[in-house]
Order: sequence, then C-alpha cells, then structure tokens
Amino acid sequence: MATLKIKNLEKKFNQTEVLKGINLEINDGDFLVLLGPSGCGKSTLLNTIAGLENSDNGEIIIDSQKVNDMEPSERDIAFVFQSYALYPAMNVEENIVFGLKQRKISKDKINESLNRIVELLKITELLKRKPAQLSGGQRQRVAMGRALVRDPKIFLFDEPLSNLDAKLRIEMRREIKKLHKNFKTTMVYVTHDQTEAMSLGTKIAIMNNGKIEQFDTPNNIYNKPNSIFVADFVGSPSMNFISGYIKKDENVISFFPDNEKQKSINLNLIKTKVNNSDEILLGIRPEHIFLKKEHAVRVTKDHNFAEIEVNPELHEYIGHEQIVTFNYYGQEILGKFSSSINIEIDKKMTLFVDLNSVSLFDKETKRRI
Amino acid sequence: MEWLKKNLPKIVVAPSFAVLLWFVYGFIAWTFYVSLTNSKLLPNYEFWGIHQYIRLWQMPRWHVAVENLFIFTILFIILCIFIGVILSIFLDQKIRSEGFLKTIYLYPMALSFIVTGTAWKWILNPTMGIEKFVNQLGFENFQFDWLVTPGMSIYTIVIAGVWQSSGFIMAIFLAGLRSIDDEVIKAAKVDGASTISIYMKIVLPMMRPVFMSAIVILVHLSIKSYDLVIALTAGGPGISSDMPAVFMTKMAFGRSEIGLASASAIMMFATVSAIIVPYLYSELRREQDVK
Amino acid sequence: MLNKINFSRIFLFLILGLFVFYYITPLYVMIVTSLKSMNEIREGNLFSLPSTINFDAWKIAWGGRGEGTSDTFLKPYFFNSLKITIPALIISTLLGAINGYALTKWKFKGANLIFLLFLFGTFIPYQAILLPMARTLGFLGISNSPIGLILVHSVYGLGFTTLFFRNYYVSISDEIVKAAKVDGAGFFKIFFTILLPISLPILVVTIIFQFTQIWNDFLFGVTFSFGEHAPIQVALNNMVLTSASVKYYNVDMAAAIMAALPTLVIYILAGNYFIKGLTAGSVKG
Repeated sequence: MATLKIKNLEKKFNQTEVLKGINLEINDGDFLVLLGPSGCGKSTLLNTIAGLENSDNGEIIIDSQKVNDMEPSERDIAFVFQSYALYPAMNVEENIVFGLKQRKISKDKINESLNRIVELLKITELLKRKPAQLSGGQRQRVAMGRALVRDPKIFLFDEPLSNLDAKLRIEMRREIKKLHKNFKTTMVYVTHDQTEAMSLGTKIAIMNNGKIEQFDTPNNIYNKPNSIFVADFVGSPSMNFISGYIKKDENVISFFPDNEKQKSINLNLIKTKVNNSDEILLGIRPEHIFLKKEHAVRVTKDHNFAEIEVNPELHEYIGHEQIVTFNYYGQEILGKFSSSINIEIDKKMTLFVDLNSVSLFDKETKRRI
Repeated sequence: MEWLKKNLPKIVVAPSFAVLLWFVYGFIAWTFYVSLTNSKLLPNYEFWGIHQYIRLWQMPRWHVAVENLFIFTILFIILCIFIGVILSIFLDQKIRSEGFLKTIYLYPMALSFIVTGTAWKWILNPTMGIEKFVNQLGFENFQFDWLVTPGMSIYTIVIAGVWQSSGFIMAIFLAGLRSIDDEVIKAAKVDGASTISIYMKIVLPMMRPVFMSAIVILVHLSIKSYDLVIALTAGGPGISSDMPAVFMTKMAFGRSEIGLASASAIMMFATVSAIIVPYLYSELRREQDVK
Repeated sequence: MLNKINFSRIFLFLILGLFVFYYITPLYVMIVTSLKSMNEIREGNLFSLPSTINFDAWKIAWGGRGEGTSDTFLKPYFFNSLKITIPALIISTLLGAINGYALTKWKFKGANLIFLLFLFGTFIPYQAILLPMARTLGFLGISNSPIGLILVHSVYGLGFTTLFFRNYYVSISDEIVKAAKVDGAGFFKIFFTILLPISLPILVVTIIFQFTQIWNDFLFGVTFSFGEHAPIQVALNNMVLTSASVKYYNVDMAAAIMAALPTLVIYILAGNYFIKGLTAGSVKG
C-alpha cells in the first residue's frame, strides 16, 4: 500500500541516455503500466525503481521516503520477471519462502503466508516440484506467488506474460487484474503489448526514447493521444493519418487532403485552434469510419461527420471483423467493419467519418493540436 | 561495512587478479627485461639493448628451431584439418555407431604428449618397430629410420602430433556442422544440390569461424610443443629436430644463457600474441554482435 | 540409384574404419608389448600377440626390480602427481567459480577488461614465465616440492577455470540474481544457495579439464622439480630415456599405460564432459 513519485529521473549507459528526465506520480492502489516499444527505457525505469540499477539524477520516492540509496531488499517491493527467474535448484515451496527466510521471519509466520498464497493461487500440488518440472503457466503462477507472499508496498512486473502462449496470456492477464481488484496494491507493470496495458492499467505511461510521451488514463490515451507516436502505438490497426492542410476563411475551417483542391472536410464543429494553411495530419481510428449514413448519424448525434469518397482496394477477413484498405486521393485509409457486410473491391464508394473522434496533429511538432 | 558490501565483488576477484598481474604479466615483463640484458647464469639487470636478439638470430641452432617449427606447424595444421574435416563430415551422415567411433577418434587427446611420444618412439623404432614388421611381411629391403635420420626426425613429430590432436579437430568441426541451421541444407536439397556440392559450396564456407578457431588452436599448440619433442626425439639426432620451446629450455637450464633464453621466449610470446590478439578481437566483436 | 547409395555408404564406412585402425593401433601396440617378455619382443614383431599373458613388465614398471638406487619405477611418482593434482585442481576450480560469478553477475567497472586479461593469460607460451617462476619458487623456498608445483598449477589454471565459469554463468539469466537481490540475499548467499547448486555440469567439466592438464603436465614438472619430487610424466620420460644398455620396451610400455590410465579412465567414464572442457578451453569467447 503505497504511493510512488518519480522526479526528474535520469540515467546513462556509457554515453547513451536511456532515461531523460522521467516524472511520474501515482496514488495508493494505482495500477501503472509503462508501455512502449523495445529499447524505450521502460525496463530500465522499472529496474531503477526496484534498485537493481542506479540512476544518475533525480529522486524515487515511495510513501514519502526517498529510496534512491536503498538496497532492493530494503525498498519493500516485489518483482515478477519476464523469465520468471525461479531459482532452479529449489522447489516451489523453497522458491516462495526464500525472501521471507532472508528477512528472518518466524517459521510460523512463514507457514501462514505460504498457506495463504498456496490457497490463493491453487498450487498445492506443485509445492515439491522443481521449476524445470513446471509448465510455463505454472512457473508464471509460482513467480507471482513469490511476489505476493511478501505482501510488499509495491509490485513490479517486467513483461510477465510475454513468454506465455496467446490463450494463457489472456487468462493470466485476467488473474492479475483480479489480484489487483482484491488487494488494491500499488502496481507498476512494464509491457509492449497495448492490449495488456489498456486492460490492466488505471494509468498508462507511454514511453519513447527515454521520455514519457503521455501519462494518462487508458481512456484518454486512446481517445485523446498527445502525439502521433502515442496515437500510432495504441490501437489495432493503428490510427489513420491523412496528410493535408487547413483553409480558414471567415467562419469556415476546412481540411484539404494532399492532392485534392475541390473536396474538403469541414472542421467547424471541432473546438480547435488552427490557423490558415497549417499543415496537419488528421487522425481517424478505423472504427470511427462508417459505411452507412445512419450509423454516423446515430453515433454522432450532432451530425458532426464528414463524407469522403474512396476506392476500396484490399479486404482482410479476420473472423468477426474485416479490415478494408481504401484509397483516398492517393492516401491509404483502413476501416474496421463487421464481417457480415459485403464490400466490392475497386468500386468507388462514400464513407462517413465521425469527426467528434478525430485527432489533429501538427505535422512539424507531431503533437496534438 | 556499507563500503565492504558494495565492493565485495571486487574484493573477491582482487586476489586472483593480483596473482594474474604478478605471475603472468609481471613475469612476462621480467622476461622481456632480462632479454635486454647480458644475463648468464643469474639475472644481471644492466641494460644491454637488443644484443641478445641479434645473437639469437645469428645462431644456426635457432634457425633450425624456427625452420622446424615452420615445417611442423604447416604439416600439423594441414593434416589435422584435412582429417578433421573428412571425419566430421563422414560422421555427420547419420552413422549409427557415431558415439563409439567418436570415443575412439578422441581418446589420444586424453594421453599426455610424453605417453604419446613414448608409444610412437617404440612404433617408429628403426630396428624393432614398423620396419621389422614390414620386413617380416617379405619386403626385406624396407627401411624406416626417420627417427634417427637428421632432417627426417621432425616428420616423426608431425606423425605423432597429428595422431594425438586430429580427433579433437574432428570434434570441433562436428560441433560446427551440428550448429548449422538445418533449413539452409533443406533449401539446398530442394534446389537440387548434390550432397557433395552442399558440403563444398554451402556448409564448409559457413564454417569459416570454425576453421579460424581450429587454425588458432593448432598454431598455438605447435608453438608450445615441447613435451612431444622431448619424449620422441629430444631434439635429436643432434639438434635436427629442435623447436623454439626446446631451444629456450636448453639455453635457460642447460647452457645458463638466461638472457638469450628470455629473448627466444619473447619471440615465442610475440608470435603467439600476433595470432591471438586479432583472433580474440574478432571473437569478442562477434560475441557483442550476437548480443 | 540404390546401388549408388550402397557404394557411397560402403566407402564411408571403409574410411571411418581405416581411421579407427589408425587411432587404435598405438594403444594396441602398447598393450601387447607390455604383456610380452623381452625375448618375445625380439623374436616377433610389433603387432604379434603375446604367447602368454605376462604381467612381469607391469610389476617392474610399478614397483621396480628391487635392485637398489639405479632402479626407477612409477609408484612413488604416481602418488607425487596425485599430491600435486588434487589440491591444485581444487584451489583453481573454487577460485575460478567465484571469479566467474563475480565477473558476470556483479558487473563492475573494468570487469570486462579483467576477463580479457584472464583470457589472454590462457594463451601465453609458458616459456615466457619459466625463469621468473623458478626464481620466485626459490625465493619462497618451495622449489622442488609438491607445494611449489601446486602453486604453479593453481596460478596458471586460474585463467581456464575463470573462463569456464564465466562462460557458464553468462548463459544463466541475470533475472535470477536480480530476484534474489529483491528477496534480500547477498553476494555469497546468492552464490552458494542459488548458483552453485546448478553449476554441477560446469564443475565436472572444469575438474576433468584441470585434472587432465595437471596430470599430463611435463614442462612445469621437469623445470621445477627433480629426483624424488618429480611428477609421473617426468618419471616416465626418465625411465624411457634411461642410459642403461639394455632397453626394456615392455616395461616402458607398461609404464606409459600406467601414466595414461587415470586420464583414460576419466575419458571413458565422462567422455562428453571431457570433450566439452577441451572445446571450451580452446574455442574461447
């Protein structure tokens, strides 16, 4: 049960800066997900919080206590590793209680904690087995048990599900979510999987190149991405970006896509600060594009939608959905629709875009406008 | 206490590191310095320039040793690699008795060079060995007396050395063959390549690093070769099968010429370094690339 | 097609068989010679089998003829070698293990450079250190003693053992050590309770490698010891090189087999570990 505050954290490996001034603050019971591509510094940040690596600058504060100079074992944290990091020569029981034994806790208390965890994770029959005799999912469970048994202030997870197969990953994801719901412990979780991040986090920090691009709730991250990087990283398929410029005369704000002088999109109803001839990218998520006008009317209510003429070029069937690639004046746009709808390839058609859900980005700064 | 905890890993390595610095690098430095002095029975620390090196390279005996090393190294490498490649490729053809054959090919590696030399000395014995056996088969005039013929005795060292080490080279190549991605070979088979051209054009070129390692190991072994020469020919007849390692110990402990002996040791060290340093460099580069 | 396959298969086995013959012959010659009497050796040839199995040569090679001082036989030297080999291999293996652990799992500044220096140290020709070593042993008053040779073998084995353990521990996930740190274990606790119990394979490889190296050593033995303190390889060489007018080839061969027996037995019992050690000891990095 703890709060975590990180102030201006910096770290270098040799000459390369891996953390360039990280600032974060989460409350007791928050589930913070650090999300980003590989090499963005998210694992380094987690290791630094744990004390497994030292920072060069900045502060890490757990429950109003600065922990920078404390050993990992003194910080009262628990860590679940990607490879599970079970001690190969010890059986499951010994693995789980090893940390308690190091802390010279009485035998009775150790047994009590062990029983609690064994019951919680339902691993009674595994206790005497060695890690090599466990399946991937079982190892994952034991690794969780080893963290839970300590009842720490903060749980740290480093891509704990990435070595599991797809089905097991979803199961374990749900279990982690349940654990968080039941115990309300502060958690910090590193992943490169956006679905994991969205489903688990109460707060998400998207990292890129040693910096935090956006630190927000999952909802805001998805619907109000701060930058092209965030918009592109979250969502599958990713957001469409239509390149073009703004024309502003009198009270009419219009967006002209590149290669098109006649047909524009009217942006009047969007509360935005754009200037005439601004070069921008118009971001639209594939699920905010509709095939039928009624749909657009029903979703937007205020009739804030645009009609665009496109040519369907490719059609990918993925079970309950289909993804269609359209050509819009030479730019590619993806749309996501129910697979029950039939779309004829290479037959020009009109699409309806929900303008309440679009994001505008400055082409130069790549930031949200 | 805190300091101790933080520096424990360094403190633990420190004694070994100190030993390494003193007994390896310090000693090499000492030997190098003594090679620049006129030391005879005892070291004399008065600087004498490169006279010992000049003396060394003017000695016919050193030239014999270097020449022998050259002959030995070349033949040793060619024969070991030839045998190693052939045996490893043949063993790679899904042979059922592979384990048994490997055990036989490799056991000489468990024997010391002294044992190896003793055995071959008996087999190559000019009157009682192979020669006698062939004579008894009916070839009365057959002669095989390389062991006691100046100019030929060096080849007996090659024979025994190849016998001892070629199985090991086979093992290295076999490990290399086994680590090659199966899919490349499958692709070649789909393309219609014959077994021979698969090996010649695809597999062996992919084994370049293994060839490199094998050559480095063999050169290293041959420069260090001392025991085998002592056991088989003791450098004889005369000095005809001397090698630098033998030369060095004879000068140091027989002739009390420790300045000269040090100069020859430094020559050996320089030769090994010239091969090992680039090799280690490329190996470490490769290791880093993998990461 | 079938014929062609059969033909190449036969050729394959022919060549492989030929090499079996090549490698096995010297051992065969050693064994049969050691079992013959000198008369039989003079009359027969290298490959002829002994008429009766006769262990006299073995007895003489091991325990001598009982002819007083000029008599050389292996028994005392065999135990000399054991006295040197076992302590030296224990010391170098233990130090190598802890070095390998510290250099990989507690990477400090300069750890890589230190490893590189160890690695390079395994390649040096020993001629470059013989003279200063002889003086050092003299200075310490341990030349021509088992202690001296134990020191020499421990020191020059250290590079190899460090290398073996370093390469083994590099392949073990760092996360295990991190997990133990979070759990509150320290440097030695992690080594002894977590890493050492899973180090058996590399421990066996290292011990076999060191045993073979030290047992088979001749250069250090002949340089730093003489007379009754010599190790077995030196004694064997002295026996064979004896200046006596009559050569006893059967005794020489029996002695050679005896000197080779410990390493041969290890090779036969643990061949895979043996080969792994050799490969790791030469194909570095």
